[in-house]
Amino acid sequence: MLEKIKKEWFSNVRADILSGAVVALALIPEAIAFSIIAGVDPMVGLYASFLIAVTIAFVGGRPAMISAATGAMALLMVPLVKEYGHDYLLAATVLTGVIQILFGVFKIAKLMKFIPRAVMIGFVNALAILVFLAQVPHILGESTVTYVFVGITLVIVYVLPRFVQSIPAPLIAIVVLTAVTLYAGIDMKVVGDLGGITKSLPEFFIPNIPFNFETLAIVFPYSIALAIVGLLESLLTASIVDDMTGTDSNKNKEAKGQGIANIVTGFFGGMAGCAMIGQSVINVKSGGRGRLSTFVAGLFLMFLILVLGDLVVQIPMPVLVGIMIMVCIGTFDWSSFTYLRKAPRTDAIVMLATVIIVVATHDLSKGVIAGVILSAIFFVAKIAKIKVTENYMNDHAHFKIEGQLFFASVEDFVDAFNYSIESTNVIIDFRQSHVWDDSAVGAIDKVVNKYNENKNNVTIKGLDSSSEKLVEKLTIHNKSFVISD
Amino acid sequence: MYEKILLAVDGSENSLRAAEEVIKIASMNAECTVDVVYVVDFSKSKNEILHTQGREELDFSRRQRLFPVQELLQVKNIPYTTNILRGEPGPTIIKYANEHAFELVVIGSRGLNGLQEMVLGSVSHKVGKRVNCPVLIVK
Repeated sequence: MLEKIKKEWFSNVRADILSGAVVALALIPEAIAFSIIAGVDPMVGLYASFLIAVTIAFVGGRPAMISAATGAMALLMVPLVKEYGHDYLLAATVLTGVIQILFGVFKIAKLMKFIPRAVMIGFVNALAILVFLAQVPHILGESTVTYVFVGITLVIVYVLPRFVQSIPAPLIAIVVLTAVTLYAGIDMKVVGDLGGITKSLPEFFIPNIPFNFETLAIVFPYSIALAIVGLLESLLTASIVDDMTGTDSNKNKEAKGQGIANIVTGFFGGMAGCAMIGQSVINVKSGGRGRLSTFVAGLFLMFLILVLGDLVVQIPMPVLVGIMIMVCIGTFDWSSFTYLRKAPRTDAIVMLATVIIVVATHDLSKGVIAGVILSAIFFVAKIAKIKVTENYMNDHAHFKIEGQLFFASVEDFVDAFNYSIESTNVIIDFRQSHVWDDSAVGAIDKVVNKYNENKNNVTIKGLDSSSEKLVEKLTIHNKSFVISD
Repeated sequence: MYEKILLAVDGSENSLRAAEEVIKIASMNAECTVDVVYVVDFSKSKNEILHTQGREELDFSRRQRLFPVQELLQVKNIPYTTNILRGEPGPTIIKYANEHAFELVVIGSRGLNGLQEMVLGSVSHKVGKRVNCPVLIVK
């Protein structure tokens, strides 16, 4: 135990502290931007990022993964915040945590394998598109200076890393461009126009909501969507960090950890969050490997806000928008265009459907659920193809069945036979098939009866043992055919 | 002659050509061992996780990139080991080469065009510049 703590926390101290600091710097603009998307004060996102990162450092299942306020979660909260306000958001955040802990306890993480990659690709693409669309109102219809500043920010964040790697380029863009704006006195919308920054630590309080069934009915749909989307992004991020570091992680522990982190943040005035792909990649790339890196990221972020809060409100909105556009470009899966051409037709449709449903409903959870259902239907349709080959010999008719016989394929199965034959021996050969359920047995019964009407003798051949067990139930009351090997 | 050669591969045509050069050099000395290294690129990790269903499939697709080179070496009876490393390709190869005291590093050039090279930086160029032993870049 002690050994494990030592390894997860203190085996990489120097690099963990450095990478944690880098991540803290990169987190600030995102936490503010995601607060603005959700429609709450920047402090709500900043507190969330501090509390979630620090909590998850202790209780998470994946060391070196960064969790904080995220775009995916912020997008889900928009209607709740708009209609009911901040306190309901906090209640939803706490409930999200409770649901996620239950997911962890009941080992829901295992269900991740049922989410096809087409849905995951659709998920990240839809996320990138929605975050991008959320930036558009801050650009369009504003002054020309706005366009210029967005442009300069993009140039800085894309060109500068060629020459300077030690300091994150978005931070340089923020510092330089905020300084220029203040010095030259350029009139532009700043972060402070959209909400204040309080230079104090978060405090514990119970959200001011009526504790009744009505409140639960309002909050629950949001919480369940937040819980699903949060886990989805967290577990995807965990696999990416697993892969980058060549190590394993405990996905159910991570689910419970996300839940605990959300409960904590909800009671301290922060919004629900989850793991962040981009930040976790930055952390690992900067050398972060242990829990200490996540802890330092959260702590250093809070420290920066306490010290530099007055300057943060002066950050021009166009700079923040420019950085968010960079985040969107990084989130979007650009190989999707090749994927659309090369992947199986049905996978491409599932991916597109996921994106379209999310963009239309502004709800990531709906897109994911629809995508999973759609791909399940495609899968059933694919394996429901059943082929019956007829072959007529001197003394018997031979029907070879190829494919899976179950509820989705029984209709085609029954229709595929030639029922015009009379008074012969009919052999139905199941060697290339498998009988799955009672509707399959029913279909076999129907076929046998039709042949018996025309005085044929039916023999069923080549059932494997589990198929035979199912079909034997039928022979109890229907003695009109024979099962043979 | 060289006894410890590092062959860095990425699964491309050029790494096969690099392997052929390694065979020429290694066959001159029966004591020579080759370490074939493939680097899992940090910046491709997200993409690869998204596009594969599960770890086994991903691991297999990576090992597959080593197969053609392994086959070439096997046919010529050259003793070799394989290693899959993680990180940014250039610096990771350099660190590995310098830490393990190789006598020769062989790497295929990726053959990017001018613009790509400016944006991505050439791995073989970085390796050539910063590895402490002789480097053979195969075009």
